[in-house]
Amino acid sequence: MSTATALRAQQDRGRKLSQNREKWAQGRTYISAAVILIWCLAPAYWMVVTAFRDVGFTYDTSLLPTHITLDNFNTAFDTSFGNRFGQALLNSVFIGLVVTLVSLILGVFAAYALARLNFRFKFLVLGFILGASMFPGVALITPLFQLFTNIHWIGTYQALIIPNISFVLPLTVYTMTSFFREMPWELEESARVDGCTQGQAFRKVIMPLAAPAIFTTAILAFISSWNEFLIASQLSSDATQPVTVAIASFAGAQPNQIPYTAIMAAGTIVTIPLVVLVLVFQRKIVAGLTAGAVK
Amino acid sequence: MATELGPTPVKAPASGGTPLHRAPNGVGEDNRIASQGRWASWLLAPTIIALAIVIVYPIVSAVVMSFQKDAGLDPVTGLFTAGGPAGVQNYVNWLAQQCSAPGGGTLACPPGTLGSQFWSATATTFFFSVVTVAFETVLGFWMAIIMARTFKGRSAVRAAVLVPWAIPTAVTAKLWLFIFAFEGIANKMFNTTILWTGSEWPAKWAVIIADVWKTTPFMALLILAGLQMIPAEVYEAAKVDGATAWQRFRMITLPLVKPALMVAILFRTLDALRMFDLPYILTGGANNTTTLSILVINQIRQGFNAAAALSTITFIIIFLVAFIFVRFLGANVVEQQTGAAKEKK
Repeated sequence: MSTATALRAQQDRGRKLSQNREKWAQGRTYISAAVILIWCLAPAYWMVVTAFRDVGFTYDTSLLPTHITLDNFNTAFDTSFGNRFGQALLNSVFIGLVVTLVSLILGVFAAYALARLNFRFKFLVLGFILGASMFPGVALITPLFQLFTNIHWIGTYQALIIPNISFVLPLTVYTMTSFFREMPWELEESARVDGCTQGQAFRKVIMPLAAPAIFTTAILAFISSWNEFLIASQLSSDATQPVTVAIASFAGAQPNQIPYTAIMAAGTIVTIPLVVLVLVFQRKIVAGLTAGAVK
Repeated sequence: MATELGPTPVKAPASGGTPLHRAPNGVGEDNRIASQGRWASWLLAPTIIALAIVIVYPIVSAVVMSFQKDAGLDPVTGLFTAGGPAGVQNYVNWLAQQCSAPGGGTLACPPGTLGSQFWSATATTFFFSVVTVAFETVLGFWMAIIMARTFKGRSAVRAAVLVPWAIPTAVTAKLWLFIFAFEGIANKMFNTTILWTGSEWPAKWAVIIADVWKTTPFMALLILAGLQMIPAEVYEAAKVDGATAWQRFRMITLPLVKPALMVAILFRTLDALRMFDLPYILTGGANNTTTLSILVINQIRQGFNAAAALSTITFIIIFLVAFIFVRFLGANVVEQQTGAAKEKK
């Protein structure tokens, strides 16, 4: 009898020990997660807090917002210091939409071919497109700068849109390719058996199925184009510059002082729509980001 | 076109559709592949043409430009010279850091000029690449391991890591410029009085910290995707066999996640080698933070052809690094892209 109780007591102790160990492991996970959260969000939080802070308290270090004002947002849009932030926002939206649309249309066709069809040189084509996505922007800028100078394109929208496509198009092709590979293609084949042509099957069966993937790819393409700086900084004019260039060259009332609060307000405006988009479609974005590289 | 139903048509439909219901053997199979090839070339042509225009044309023209002299005032005669063929002079000038001297010929570029900065910019670029990618790999791996665990609030963490990634680099650079300002939060928090963008090492570390903050999430997500493809049973079995956590990490996680990891490292390294916006906005390239990309942009204002030679050298350097990764380190990007298709065959 007593041996049985002793055994039970020992088992209990063992269970408690492993439970404790598990709790400790779980605790460490939470601490690590908190560190990751703070590391990722604190600088972004600092931008938003500063955006709402009165100019006189630019360097205030209280963690909670004090001296709250919306003035910085007005200053950001103020054109009297030579900033054209409002115009730049419209430019970025316009450039982003055109680049996304063109890249998607071309990219979806290419990705379909790469994911679904068998043909010679497939390896070569994939290599070319992947190579293009890793291509350094500076290798394009010199000849483009000269070419666009010669044909008087510097400061036009097409001078920003066309090179931007070279960065975004490979991205859409390989993201869509990996999405296309995972689609249930039996549906297409059964549509073919039921008498659809390949084109019809593509339009009526595949495109509706692919719509979410296309949407995700569109977000990735838009963000990528929205963030572009190198080409825009060299080939845009005051009238066509996108937000990234506008923010980089933000000027304030005093010539030698950086108008940090206004810049943080502008940065917040530029970032919030993207962050909201990314958070809402988080799962899909992660799938899209990792699709090209890992699967 | 949809009228061609019923009995198998003798010739392929004009639309180029693939007759999948035809017996998949002999001549039929050949036709099928041929017609798929036709389809593929129509579907791929727009992309290939677009990329050829925006990438191949500039490469070719950059190479052509790089063998031309820059037009400008001749330092001796004071007259305008129109350029003309230069042979490999532009390349020699960059690599040997020679500048054209008055009276023809060349001499060592005086310090401070763009011509004297090639090797220091190369060193800076490689320094940034190695340090940032090393930090991002280690931190990203750690973040990925945490995010792969199950705990309450996991999806919040996974969403949070996307925030730095979504912020445009130009905004990131301005944000960190503010954080690193003399009276900024970084100095106040750590009770230091560092002029972050005012001298060499602080400026370099400012660029590295900002870049690591911005791009670690990307690395973490790629590694996480790799981790999630490892079946849980493998770990269970190892646990039963008595492997310690460190052994499980070294013998299971590391080798199985290696393909995804190598691709992530390759992507990030190539990105880091062409780094431009972050140092350009954060430090303006001052205090030895001029990367090759910044040097090219600065050179464009002084002479297209010399800039073309420099950008070609940059391209070759990046190409070589990518080649080394793919050839010797096993980062097989294209293979991974086609691998899934092969499995299904």
